Amino acid sequence: MGSERTFHIWRGDASGGEFKTYRVPVDQGMVVLDAILRVQATQANDLGVRWNCKAGKCGSCSMEINGKPRLACMTRLNTFGPDTEITVQPLKTFPLIKDLVTDVSWNYRQNERIPPFKIGEPGPDGQYRMYQEDVDRVQEFRKCIECFLCQDVCHVLRDRDRKDAFVGPRFMARLASLEMHPLDVEDRIPEIKAIFGSGMCNITRCCTEVCPEHIQITDNAIIPLKERVVDRYYDPLQRLVRAITGRKLRTRPRKLPMKS
Amino acid sequence: MNVSEIQTFEHDVLVIGAGGAGLCAAIEASAQGMDTAVVCKSLLGKAHTVMAEGGMAAAMGNVDARDNWKIHFRDTMRGGKFLNQWRMAELHAKLAPERVRELERWGAVFDRTKDGLIAQRNFGGHRYPRLAHVGDRTGLELIRTLQDHGVHQGITFHMECTALGLLKDGDRIAGACAYWRETGRFVIFRAKAVILATGGAGKAWRITSNSWEYTGDGFAMAYDAGAELMDMEFTQFHPTGMVWPPSVRGTLVTEGVRGEGGILKNSEGERFMFRYIPERFAPETADTIEEADRWPDDPNARRPPELLTRDVVARAILAEVKAGRGSPHGGAFLDIASRRPADYIKRKLPSMYHQFKELAELDITKEPMEVGPTMHYFMGGIRVDPDTEMTNVPGLFACGECAAGLHGANRLGGNSLSDLIVFGKLAGTGAAEYVRSLSSSPKADDEQITAIFRAATDILNRESGENPYLLHEELQDTMQELVGIVRTGEQLSEAIERIGVLKKRAQNLKAHGTSQYNPGWHEAISVHSLLTAADIVAHAALVREESRGAHTRLDFEGEREEWGKVNLVVRKGADGRPVVEKVERTPPPRYLEEIAYAKIEELESGKVGADAPDGV
Ligand SMILES: Cc1cc2nc3c(=O)[nH]c(=O)nc-3n(C[C@H](O)[C@H](O)[C@H](O)COP(=O)(O)OP(=O)(O)OC[C@H]3O[C@@H](n4cnc5c(N)ncnc54)[C@H](O)[C@@H]3O)c2cc1C
Ligand code: SF4
Ligand code: SF4
Ligand code: FES
Repeated sequence: MGSERTFHIWRGDASGGEFKTYRVPVDQGMVVLDAILRVQATQANDLGVRWNCKAGKCGSCSMEINGKPRLACMTRLNTFGPDTEITVQPLKTFPLIKDLVTDVSWNYRQNERIPPFKIGEPGPDGQYRMYQEDVDRVQEFRKCIECFLCQDVCHVLRDRDRKDAFVGPRFMARLASLEMHPLDVEDRIPEIKAIFGSGMCNITRCCTEVCPEHIQITDNAIIPLKERVVDRYYDPLQRLVRAITGRKLRTRPRKLPMKS
Repeated sequence: MNVSEIQTFEHDVLVIGAGGAGLCAAIEASAQGMDTAVVCKSLLGKAHTVMAEGGMAAAMGNVDARDNWKIHFRDTMRGGKFLNQWRMAELHAKLAPERVRELERWGAVFDRTKDGLIAQRNFGGHRYPRLAHVGDRTGLELIRTLQDHGVHQGITFHMECTALGLLKDGDRIAGACAYWRETGRFVIFRAKAVILATGGAGKAWRITSNSWEYTGDGFAMAYDAGAELMDMEFTQFHPTGMVWPPSVRGTLVTEGVRGEGGILKNSEGERFMFRYIPERFAPETADTIEEADRWPDDPNARRPPELLTRDVVARAILAEVKAGRGSPHGGAFLDIASRRPADYIKRKLPSMYHQFKELAELDITKEPMEVGPTMHYFMGGIRVDPDTEMTNVPGLFACGECAAGLHGANRLGGNSLSDLIVFGKLAGTGAAEYVRSLSSSPKADDEQITAIFRAATDILNRESGENPYLLHEELQDTMQELVGIVRTGEQLSEAIERIGVLKKRAQNLKAHGTSQYNPGWHEAISVHSLLTAADIVAHAALVREESRGAHTRLDFEGEREEWGKVNLVVRKGADGRPVVEKVERTPPPRYLEEIAYAKIEELESGKVGADAPDGV
């Protein structure tokens, strides 16, 4: 109480910028977002930052804090040493708009490309039934708050900039939530391989590490999807079963509009 | 300013707001063949709806087969202290179950019952387990389902685009003016119908569960365009917001904690709610700890008093604190740790567990939480026709939190999310029907457009002026202090005076920097709506000389019969100031009145309400 802390906040836009230093009075229980909003109210009214819920529920306040992608509203100041200076900068993987705000519209376009949920027939009593144990894993993926921290940290997007070939961990989790939905009858496996780029992920698990919702993106979503792709395309036994049962599963992807 | 050079879009229907209400309205309008666009201040999926926790109320009867629309309707009317619009409460209770099932068909994954159906939980004021939910992140499930479904329906979405004002052609609506947050550039939406789904104005108070978006833009735009607002004196203070540490003061603690068995205690360890049971609810509320503890397993036990309606619980906590029996930081203790096993708490209330652990360094499976009232919700809002959601301005519609009527003097928890899906869809239908009925397209003149944009640019161009953030904080202190849970005429008059002074000062706000993603400028623009909404609330609250639901006047205690017959309607007067009018309530059909006032046994045995039509 009564103390101050030093913040270095990135200020600038696509044409350039620099870190500016601010001293902020610190209250008990304060989080990084509180400090930024304090700076905004009293020292730099035009400081650009996104936020909404201030409780880790909306995924708006993603930024890089002392080098780590995090939610600013869930990062308490007292988790840093008392004299540690705090550096905040925008997500690196997406184009900068201004200050701490980046253009994340690429993510929204990926979501639009994913073939939507398609429901099958109801049960004989006209009701759709699903059991809790069957929806647990889908519910895990549906906890996603679309903070895009996993997208920011994935090296395929961040360092290799292969946004043309991989939708990223967030949308692999979304695809998994659809593919594993007990009522969904759509088949997206060919697209997962050929368009959404499941093969691009080499299981580094960096995405899982930063997920504020603790979704096991790599182990529970991406790896099972990779396995389904392998089963469909490369498993001789599966092929045999298909030949005998006459079940035809698509291996050729549909044409989906390329938006990137 | 040359209007023809400003970016312009043309649509049949423009929806302002992308929360649950706006998305449902847009999906329906689009399904009816309308060229539909949605604008919202934040990114898609970040509206307030995403924060909703506990669930959405719909009498599906999956958990307790005794539930049906009549009981939901009765609960809603009683919770609203009989000031709700009868027809809206009827439509809501009848249509909510089908809307929830529709969400499931669009991919929502609710928690399940043992039989594989949608599970339902108990909540304050609801007689039976009625809230469809997903742990304590129901709003996220709702908004994501609508968003993922909505983006495939041919709707145009304009994110981070803030509406500034509505356009008219004579009496009828002709579109809206807006700006892009990213660039600060202006944009004109010419539309035949506009649906407002902008939510509330909780940010006018200091302690609130609401986000920066809740500045009452929809109220102000509608009011400035000549629409009527109603029931604005009824502002809901949720009894359980966080009180400690200071940086999270006001952040919501879901009623689901009490729904799952949590209890309230004062500093003496007393379960104080037993002392605050209102007469109207006494026959249906447990009066001993022993009975409350047998609920819900024993069907003969009545509900614990912790699950009384929000207005009652909020006032009780306030009274305990005033009597010196508050918790260390001025609230009450909410204890679930000693009531339910740790793994149950973590499964049913995961985000509450996480929220307290991360933000308050407290383990709710081991210790009680400290909670106190927080400004949460607007029961009042834009006055609409119950069936079409159209306002008194032709072509202007409203739904969701920004509309009035369903909740009366107090909203039951869970009745907002169901409100969004029921009335959002009806607004979409209403707007489509209206557009189809038009014989000519409306067209706004250039003067209106330039006036709206000029007011916005003045804030940037001014040489010097006041800091908008600090002025906003002064308003918050005024509302917190003078227009709180309990109010007096004297306080309200003072509030009106102070808001008047702030309004004058607000004409001289200054935003520094450029128009590119400039929150200081955005804040200055929204101060106008905040002051408009706050002023209207204070005016209406001053006129209603009784205590009912969420509106408590220390100088006029108790409900007064004559006040139960009127709703307060506010419109903008010729001098620009709010004019408050008492409007006589329309009498309900006989069957609704009988159901609302029936004893619960009469209703359940079929003695009352058996002849009520189940269709709408
Ligand atoms: C923490 C919390 C928990 C809650 N829990 C529950 C619950 O469990 N059950 C329940 O029933 N209710 C709950 N509520 C209440 C409920 O969530 C809200 O009342 C409801 O979500 C409001 O939905 P809406 O669609 O009306 O508006 P919102 O979801 O708030 O959306 C408003 C939209 O309008 C846009 N907007 C506003 N102004 C403008 C403008 N000028 N220009 C362009 N766009 C604009 C915003 O950007 C946003 O997209 C809760 C509320 C909170 C805050
Ligand atoms: S595990 Fe795969 S998706 Fe996740 S960060 Fe590594 S490469 Fe990217
Ligand atoms: S999966 Fe996790 S990290 Fe990725 S966007 Fe969703 S919540 Fe954020
Ligand atoms: S503000 Fe919503 S997650 Fe941080």
